[in-house]
Amino acid sequence: MIEFSTWDILRNLIFAARWTVLLSLVSFAGGGVVGLMILFARISKSKALRRFAIGYIELFQGTPLLMQLFLAFFGLGLLGVDVPAWLAAGSALILWSAAFLAEIWRGCVEAVAKGQWEASASLGMGRLQQLRYVILPQALRVAVPPTVGFSVQVIKGTALTSIIGFTELSKAGTIVTNATFQPFTVYGLVALIYFALCWPLSRYAHSLERKLHVAHRGH
Amino acid sequence: MAYVFDFTWLAEYWPLLVKGVRITLQLILIGGVLGVALGIACAWVRALGPKALRVPVAIYVELIRNTPFMIQLFFIFFGLPALGLQMGEMTAAYIAMVVNLGAYGCEIIRAGIAATPRGQFEAGASLAMTPFETFRHVVLVPSLQRIWPALSSQIVIVMLGSAVTSQIAVEDLTFAANFIQSRNFRAFETYLVSTALYLLLAIGLRQAMGLIGAAIFPKRSAR
Amino acid sequence: MSLIAVTELKKRFGANEVLKGINLDIMPGEVIAIIGKSGSGKSTFLRCINGLETVDEGSILVAGAQLLPDEVHLKALRLKVGMIFQQFNLFPHLSAGRNVMLSQMVVKKTGKAQAEAMARRQLERVGLAHKFDAYPDELSGGQQQRVAIARALAMEPIALLCDEITSALDPELVAEVLAVVRELAAEGMTLMMVTHEMKFARDVCSRVVFMHEGRVHEVGPPEEVFSAPKTVELQRFLGHGHA
Repeated sequence: MIEFSTWDILRNLIFAARWTVLLSLVSFAGGGVVGLMILFARISKSKALRRFAIGYIELFQGTPLLMQLFLAFFGLGLLGVDVPAWLAAGSALILWSAAFLAEIWRGCVEAVAKGQWEASASLGMGRLQQLRYVILPQALRVAVPPTVGFSVQVIKGTALTSIIGFTELSKAGTIVTNATFQPFTVYGLVALIYFALCWPLSRYAHSLERKLHVAHRGH
Repeated sequence: MAYVFDFTWLAEYWPLLVKGVRITLQLILIGGVLGVALGIACAWVRALGPKALRVPVAIYVELIRNTPFMIQLFFIFFGLPALGLQMGEMTAAYIAMVVNLGAYGCEIIRAGIAATPRGQFEAGASLAMTPFETFRHVVLVPSLQRIWPALSSQIVIVMLGSAVTSQIAVEDLTFAANFIQSRNFRAFETYLVSTALYLLLAIGLRQAMGLIGAAIFPKRSAR
Repeated sequence: MSLIAVTELKKRFGANEVLKGINLDIMPGEVIAIIGKSGSGKSTFLRCINGLETVDEGSILVAGAQLLPDEVHLKALRLKVGMIFQQFNLFPHLSAGRNVMLSQMVVKKTGKAQAEAMARRQLERVGLAHKFDAYPDELSGGQQQRVAIARALAMEPIALLCDEITSALDPELVAEVLAVVRELAAEGMTLMMVTHEMKFARDVCSRVVFMHEGRVHEVGPPEEVFSAPKTVELQRFLGHGHA
């Protein structure tokens, strides 16, 4: 029987954490793009588009991410292709992140005073111009702290992809546990690595929010 | 070839799904009540409690909020027995949910306490109440009322997160779905149905939280 | 020919009929004060003319063109009619100069240099040339409102709508804003203003419109309206607001 030192365990886990980071980045960026589209649908003038966005957000916020991963995995499988775990994991996380980001950003758009819409309209701007030049620049400032905060949820969310067989930090934890029979140490270290990834982002989001409250303007 | 959806298995496996729903409800009921209680206690410590306790509570809150629920669950169920703390999967699931909701609840409730006007504490003190009595009788309920929507959302999030407990063989809704799809070979339909059930649970839970709120909080003057 | 012609204008919010058939013709160069109790519909009336509220019945003609609720017609209308708000509504993320430049560049596709020159001219006109680079929260309320006026003027409108533009100002800042409006009136700008400044209305306006319960109740030159009000409601309103 081979003896594993704590260092061996940690090295293996950190090695696997690359995939957690990569999947988080892809999910966050992809979720941002899709989320922006959902946001535009959510604040559009068309009732049908707004309904669609509301339904989308409700669906992805009202069901477990784990179920969404299963559905992505087996749903993509229905298309007749052999689905690699990373594809199912990535697509489910992107769609899930998009729902949360769209809802966060909608709050930020709604936080812009109604007078800003009226003033820009009275100057003859069309809806897209209003959004582009007046509303979104103001919403963006308020949006940064909660968006950074949500990135923590994305990182934690990637842990579930181990269940559909994507080998990232959590999966590595299970594999190493099965090899070493040291669940306390292994899962403790796994937790600490997640903490090391998430905590700085949490702190950063928190300090951004405080700055926003102190200075009402940031130019 | 187009895929043909098949839901005929529902007739046979429906009771299993119902049982799964029951366990999921049980998890969130007990986990929710105890988790909120822990959240209130921690929020009191962080906002008003003894200074010596504030740092440990802060560390607990930060540790939980910055690690995945699944790892917390695995640490409790697989890791703690190494210290001689053996427990069943239901107990582990309850503990994980309470510990998790306690941390998030703490931060949410603390924000509610922080929004309390200073005058409320001063009024309590001027009526000869101790700080704890002021907290208990004057500050707590309005604070909870302020953050009830956020707390409700968090409880829904924890309920949805409980799907992971299937991984330590808690026989919840997800466990039922996993079992059924291994028998009927209709994975997509099975998860579609269980996802729909979760959605109904989430909507129902949100409504229930609204009703509980309406029952325990004094009505605001309609204006 | 009248510049703005309002015929049988009606507006409802749900079951509540706020405007019950307004008729009013405004000639080029006229300065109109709209007075009345709060809830008389005077702000809603003004907002209808700028297309900020949709119209339920009746018609509004501006320089002969019908006001229609689609984006093309609204834009055409708003290029002709500027609006100043009670709460200024400057864009907080842009400097004063940028506030004045934005819509010129975005809506009229004016080049940057030209838009900037226009912005400097208009800020000069309201006495704020030196505040070109200041942000709205570095300006007093009176200065913000003057920037808002410059912003509207930079679009070269044929008429300006002013919705209680001094109501949100500290008393000592009212005069500087009214001075700007007085100057515009002297230059021949067509103005419609909802206002509580009765003295200003009396001095500057060519006609005063008294609105009551969603209708134009009484209208006439200020001497007549203020000195010899015909209806009981106007007498009561002036007695209250004036004594």
